[in-house]
Amino acid sequence: MTEKLSKEPADTPPAEEPSGTTTVIPASPVGEVIKAIPVRHYGRWVSGVIVIALLLLIGYSFSQGDIQWNAIPAKIFDDSVVAGAGRTLLVSVLAMVLGVVLGIVLAVMRLSKNPVTSGVAWLYIWFFRGTPVYLQLLLWFNLALIFPYLDLGPLYKDEMTDVMTPFLCALLGLGLNEAAYMAEICRAGLLAVDEGQTEASQALGMSQGKTLRRIVIPQAMRVIVPPTGNEFINMLKTSALVYAVTYNELLRSTSAIGSTSYAVMEMLFVAAIWYLVMTSVFSVFQFYLERRYARGSLRSLPDTPLQKIKANLLGLSGDRSVR
Amino acid sequence: MSVMVQAENVYKSFGHVEVLKGINLEVATGEVFCLVGPSGSGKSTFLRCINHLEKVNAGRLSVDGQLVGYRQKGDKLYELKDSEVARQRREIGMVFQRFNLFPHMTALENVMEAPVQVKGESKATARERAVKLLDRVGLGDKAGNYPTQLSGGQQQRVAIARALAMEPKLMLFDEPTSALDPELVGDVLDVMRGLAEDGMTMIVVTHEMGFAREVGDSLVFMDEGVVVESGHPRDVLTNPQHDRTKSFLSKVL
Repeated sequence: MTEKLSKEPADTPPAEEPSGTTTVIPASPVGEVIKAIPVRHYGRWVSGVIVIALLLLIGYSFSQGDIQWNAIPAKIFDDSVVAGAGRTLLVSVLAMVLGVVLGIVLAVMRLSKNPVTSGVAWLYIWFFRGTPVYLQLLLWFNLALIFPYLDLGPLYKDEMTDVMTPFLCALLGLGLNEAAYMAEICRAGLLAVDEGQTEASQALGMSQGKTLRRIVIPQAMRVIVPPTGNEFINMLKTSALVYAVTYNELLRSTSAIGSTSYAVMEMLFVAAIWYLVMTSVFSVFQFYLERRYARGSLRSLPDTPLQKIKANLLGLSGDRSVR
Repeated sequence: MSVMVQAENVYKSFGHVEVLKGINLEVATGEVFCLVGPSGSGKSTFLRCINHLEKVNAGRLSVDGQLVGYRQKGDKLYELKDSEVARQRREIGMVFQRFNLFPHMTALENVMEAPVQVKGESKATARERAVKLLDRVGLGDKAGNYPTQLSGGQQQRVAIARALAMEPKLMLFDEPTSALDPELVGDVLDVMRGLAEDGMTMIVVTHEMGFAREVGDSLVFMDEGVVVESGHPRDVLTNPQHDRTKSFLSKVL
């Protein structure tokens, strides 16, 4: 009998061991290598076949639909579509910046010992999280109905309709709503940092502000970044709602072409492709950002896709040199 | 001999729970002062009061002749501003049971952080001292490592170097070896022994009776928020007078 089976009763032949329960022991150069027949998973084959059949069915029905396929490549880089995608990106990024900055301020306010500031922050979050973002966009859009003039005393005075451009409505509507969500994400992040960290920095004589900036926030970022990436991807898509305040973003510019050229569905596909490209690009960006803030919490950082490819190539060339 | 820490009738309670019930003691400059006692006896709380991580409720606690956390004018006490409390804390180093190193910084950055951020030292000066301090605690080759890449004993030694970087006149140790594997305790105690030989004033909350006997200049046994017995470590540990001290020592020795 071989050594590696010493745990098993001596009379059991190795080939009859059910593969699921045997503990895998690395084969010693002397011993006999186990060549067991693996368990057949028939269910997996059946479900695989069903899923592929369904996919083929969907593909077939689309190929039979009344779709002008050539309209998609023809219009995907249309000037107004590209400009619309650019505006979607612009308003999403700026609204997100506004949301993050205001969100951090609100989170710190909520955690402060001052009941007035924490109460105000609570009220803000309560309102902006408790009403639909679509409604908030309409509120900004129609602000001129109740305040015809924006009057900041000697500083500034103008008609509200001139101030509240579609762009500003979109930015305020999306950004202020986002701030409420970001505030809760940031608060969770700040609370996740061990209290010992604050004590250690205070014991070194660091002020509260320095403790927050240098010690607590960098560690909170590890908790804050992943959901913030989600929020941004959400924002890219939610920004389609600013259609309502006549801001000419991606969906509005594709729909405009669609309704004049009678290629409604085709133009929606074009918009879908643009949204998918943008969200995919930002998912990659998020991976690198998360990796950066994981410093110190993991013993070794996960490989980037580039590093993985490099490692694989090196492995291959290594194999070759052996041969 | 001048007095570094003086406690007069110090009280501290958390809600209805009285943790310190009138602590009186004096720590002389340059001495190694050991605080021992069962858990819940208030020794860690007392240590945290010394750098105002906890506020005392009654009595007077002063470090180097200055009241901790308050200013006395006539017979009225005024709370110090946060910035003034921070200034007092600069001169008191503290080492925690759970190390509390900053995990997002390397060992070197941990040691450099306070001198640069609090004292406004140049990075070059701070780096030079940090390298020396890491050498002194035997971790010169680990400067670039993050805390998670260090063993508990190594982390605690970095934490000691971090506290020393502020050039404190008093060091507080809150059970510095309690969270360590037994074979790592020795390295940390060696570093502390070296500090004591250099004349640093140290207050050490510890369960290491061997260290207390060998390095300590005085020892206080606390139980249920009061000082039960005090004296030279050799006398208290070998010839305890109170029953409570006797029963505690019989369990830990």
